[in-house]
Amino acid sequence: MNNTSQRPEDHKIEVVIGNLLRAGVMIAAGVVFLGGIIYLFRHGLALASYTTFQRVPLDLCSVNGIMKNALSFHGRGLIQLGLLLLIATPVARVFFSIIASLRRRDALYVIVTTIVFAVLIYSLLNK
Amino acid sequence: MNILIFTIFVWLGSMVAGFLGSLTGLGGGVVIIPLLTLVFGVDIRYAIGASLVSVIATSSGAAAAYVKEGFSNIRIGMFLEVATTIGALVGAFLALRLSTPSIAVIFGVVLIYSAFVSGQPRSEGPDIDKPDKLATFLEMNGTYPSSQGLKMYHARSVPLGFGLMFIAGIISGLLGIGSGALKVLAMDQVMRLPFKVSTATSNFMIGVTAAASAGIYLNKGYIDPGLTMPVMLGVLMGSSLGARHLFEAETQKLRMIFSVTIFLLALQMIYAGISGGILK
Repeated sequence: MNNTSQRPEDHKIEVVIGNLLRAGVMIAAGVVFLGGIIYLFRHGLALASYTTFQRVPLDLCSVNGIMKNALSFHGRGLIQLGLLLLIATPVARVFFSIIASLRRRDALYVIVTTIVFAVLIYSLLNK
Repeated sequence: MNILIFTIFVWLGSMVAGFLGSLTGLGGGVVIIPLLTLVFGVDIRYAIGASLVSVIATSSGAAAAYVKEGFSNIRIGMFLEVATTIGALVGAFLALRLSTPSIAVIFGVVLIYSAFVSGQPRSEGPDIDKPDKLATFLEMNGTYPSSQGLKMYHARSVPLGFGLMFIAGIISGLLGIGSGALKVLAMDQVMRLPFKVSTATSNFMIGVTAAASAGIYLNKGYIDPGLTMPVMLGVLMGSSLGARHLFEAETQKLRMIFSVTIFLLALQMIYAGISGGILK
């Protein structure tokens, strides 16, 4: 027994969630890497300029725009898609925690995890 | 510098930052942002966006390892995430309104405070106090593996810990860091959890907290793909190396390494903010 919680089933669920998260991060990293290769191949010899701030183009800031760019294999679009997947992994984690709490009929933690989930969704959909 | 060379250097630097960040449980952000702004001359707003994303990668990527080792307390983490995520939203909205030099100065001050707090030694004796009522109601007490087998611990001062977590969330959202220092402080010093439990639970919470502000930063155009790509990939590789060393590394040594590094970076950030080095 190697669990911090007093409920062993909690620990099992968390191990599964932990592995899912790692898989999510690996997929996200793979997409970012692929996008990065395309981006470097096309723009690698251009001058790097991040000293002055200009908003990232609008079509790389919204889910729809990112999907469109990624599907046409634009390097920057693919990178943004990978980053979007990455941002989605903790959101998925919280979602799984809601389900785990529901299965345990643990009302208190159903409420706790649902609040966190609502905050995350609000942030992603905020314009 | 052309984009290819720039990308390689940023990737290497991010790997070191990720290694240190995961070793201390404080996330790569505290090293990434000074690195990008001071060394590479990147606007702090791009740096914040890139750091925030890499913080999510570190936390989610290491989650499995931390859970298996049995240090993280999931229930405490979930409960305190209510405070950190709402705080992160507040912080992200604040960041959209503050000037970049003031963000740099706030960053430096937060880092010095973190360095000071984590430098404080604390004995790790067994906790023999009676369990706190509220913590027991929330089922926050637990055990963790040590050289003498499983050790019991009890959480206390839950309301104060919760309040500190709200502030940790604001700072995370404002500065694009995991704000692990404050999270560890709230759990280790205030809620009196063992240091390794605090560190692992903090790592677990960091990703969710960062995701709460990352959505806003993405929508507002702070997350630049060209810059974030090497940062995220570098931090991810560095942190997976660091997580493997958590169990062996000595607590005191961890704190010392962290404190010294952070203190030096903090002084430079404040100087750059005041002298106009980061003024845009």
